[in-house]
Amino acid sequence: MCNQTVSLVAAELERQGISTVVVQLLREAAEAVRPPRALFVPFHHGYPLDRPNDPARQHAVIEAALRLLEDPGATPPVLVDYTLTAP
Amino acid sequence: MGSLDEFTLPVRLYLNTYRWRRIDPVPWTPLRRPLAESRLALVTSAAFTLPDQEPFLDSLGSLGGDSSFREIPVDADLSTLTESHRSGSFDHEGIHQDANLALPLDRARELVAAGRIGSLNGRHFSFMGSITAPGRLMRDSAPEAARRLASDGVEIALLVPV
Repeated sequence: MCNQTVSLVAAELERQGISTVVVQLLREAAEAVRPPRALFVPFHHGYPLDRPNDPARQHAVIEAALRLLEDPGATPPVLVDYTLTAP
Repeated sequence: MGSLDEFTLPVRLYLNTYRWRRIDPVPWTPLRRPLAESRLALVTSAAFTLPDQEPFLDSLGSLGGDSSFREIPVDADLSTLTESHRSGSFDHEGIHQDANLALPLDRARELVAAGRIGSLNGRHFSFMGSITAPGRLMRDSAPEAARRLASDGVEIALLVPV
């Protein structure tokens, strides 16, 4: 339900002129709800930005999300898989 | 990875028949300025509250979910946040150890310091994500949160579920 909740909030932000990107943990929800821009991450629920107290790995996820905002050719809905690169 | 297999059988059965709310048409705001010049807001569904804020309602208090939200100031000390997410379907230990996992304020401050992001908004929002009946969220609280962020001049937002 968390995946749907942030997606519905994101849609409202976009309607009011704010560019959004959401992290998603459940593919079924991401595909069904269709947030404007979504990064699907391969982590368990409760761990959306990878590991606690690990700034490098958290930054890696956030950077991947920010890049979705910067893609000038993107068309909605955007759903991209996060590729784990950090050790 | 996150999947339905993480949940108990009753939760899986519920989700298999749940009517997800499809966003249609999908709204779209292109990035207006480079990230290095943009103002960022964070939104989490981890049900974080500050010590002086009301906790979110549990299942008994709100059957379809608590659609309210709390404002978290940009200078909040993350170690003082309390988490009152009602769902028992995920491991809460990670966000107890490090709130940045779902509300990455420290990471966002680092991005501003590095010049990757222009600035952080003065307030960020915490929802309780376990909302099975999102009518009030869609009608009232999400538009209100959006109005507040738009009035702040926010241009980009990162939203993190748990």
